[in-house]
Amino acid sequence: MTSIKQNLAIDTLPNAADPAWASVMSARKEDRPQARDYIEKLFHGVFEVRGDQCMGDDEAIVSAVAWFETYPVTIIGQQKGHTLEERMRCNFGMPSPEGYRKSMRALKQAEKFHRPVICLVDTPGAFCGVEAEAKGQGRVIAEHLRAMAMVKTPCISIIIGEGGSGGALALSLADRLIMLENSYFSVISPEGAASILFKDSSMASEAAKNLKLTAGDLKRFGIVDSVIREPEGYSRVHMDESVEAVKKAIRNALKRLTTLPPDRLVEQRQQKYLNMRWYG
Amino acid sequence: MNLFSETIEQSHIPADGEASVLDMLRCARCGRDLVADVVLAGDAACPYCGNLFRQPAYRRIEAIVDSGSFIEIERETEAGDPLSFPGYRTKLEKERVKSKMQEGVVIGKATIKGQRTALAVMDSYFMMGSMGTVVGEKIVILAEFALTNRLPLVIFCASGGARMQEGVLSLMQMSRTTIALARHSAAGLLHINVLTHPTTGGVTASFAMQGDITLAEPGALIGFAGPRVIEQTMRDKLPEGFQTAEYLDEHGFVDRIVERRDMRETLASLLALHNAGQTCSSQREAH
Repeated sequence: MTSIKQNLAIDTLPNAADPAWASVMSARKEDRPQARDYIEKLFHGVFEVRGDQCMGDDEAIVSAVAWFETYPVTIIGQQKGHTLEERMRCNFGMPSPEGYRKSMRALKQAEKFHRPVICLVDTPGAFCGVEAEAKGQGRVIAEHLRAMAMVKTPCISIIIGEGGSGGALALSLADRLIMLENSYFSVISPEGAASILFKDSSMASEAAKNLKLTAGDLKRFGIVDSVIREPEGYSRVHMDESVEAVKKAIRNALKRLTTLPPDRLVEQRQQKYLNMRWYG
Repeated sequence: MNLFSETIEQSHIPADGEASVLDMLRCARCGRDLVADVVLAGDAACPYCGNLFRQPAYRRIEAIVDSGSFIEIERETEAGDPLSFPGYRTKLEKERVKSKMQEGVVIGKATIKGQRTALAVMDSYFMMGSMGTVVGEKIVILAEFALTNRLPLVIFCASGGARMQEGVLSLMQMSRTTIALARHSAAGLLHINVLTHPTTGGVTASFAMQGDITLAEPGALIGFAGPRVIEQTMRDKLPEGFQTAEYLDEHGFVDRIVERRDMRETLASLLALHNAGQTCSSQREAH
């Protein structure tokens, strides 16, 4: 149920009266900090891990080992790209099966070396094309979810921009889920929902409101543990304030999570999700 | 749309507001008009050409399990409207009346040729089997039930994906079902998936692709993104037979395509084989 039709109506200004749509627009802004921007600011001694050792290297997913302060960590991020050239190389942040396989490779190593995992989520959705289907996009996301459900090392996921459906969810099953204030997380793109609901994809802002996809909504549902404020005019050249807040959130989470025995950690992660009931 | 729409009937997929699904069906393969009640009460195949229709959940259960052995759990659980999504409550009411189902999946336990199993059957006549909070919760409950009772688990998948009207709460069901099934699997228990028409979206990207054994019905549409979405993205015609069970088989994602009439036998023998494995290992441990 992913529609990744990316209607980049960037010229539509965020509107305070319409916070859901404002978040979506903000999450898609070209100068918004992306995974590689955060990696540069949050970590040091970064060594990039490339390729799925099977089909190729998918630049929509960037994976690395690095230091977060005194912790050796594994990083898995989704990268959309800033320039057109980079965006094309990254397939606009829509990962293919080889990207998720690379990510699973990183997860396995993180477990082996007892490294916490930090995921940076930012994708309009997993790539939906003929080739992705032929290589088992559904299967690989399912496998990735299971890997994150079982991995015996702390996982912290941060939604930094677009949380587009299953492609974003694959990296979001974690011990702690953190969202930037103007990111969003949704089952379907607002444009996709609008074309189903109103038979008109230009009514995306209306659909966005109905989908309850903002950081505030997710906090209320209990899906997200904390929301990080963004300053006015948040962009890759003006991100230090929020980076400090992200650092603090990671530090606090790591302090707690790294003291738990791995089995307890996994049990606690699983119970967190099993206890999320909203029906009836 | 593609080859698929020629082999499996789609015209009977109810449009909103249609009085009843179960009136007349036109076979998409041979073009004959059939009485829906009669066809769907049987094996939901065209009596003239064998073309398969989507099978309602209770009818499928009847065809698969030993007579009288099915005990349903959580029958009455109904979805609320957690997001106050426009039109959702009305739609749910309509779907309940039309499909005579409370939700898009039926769960319980049964025996198949004497083999005990937990069983979930999704029903595409209820909101196209979409997975919202209740469908997710029922799969979780069944996986936990199967784990507690050390039962294998058979899931007949049929779903258009995550249910839009429950937003991100539907998306979370992918994580929840994944976890419940991972716990079942970690206990050494068997999970068989049967992919039926259609299995797409969030269900494909979670439990439908997490079984030990994956069976599929002939001609079923199985994929992550729907064909229309891909066509729009690629602005191109899709290859012939794209995303059919046969296509997945060719690409290595399906163990066997099983005719509907052979399904009971196939499941029974797989269950027997794995149950025997369990008995052997417990005997070995006893010695």
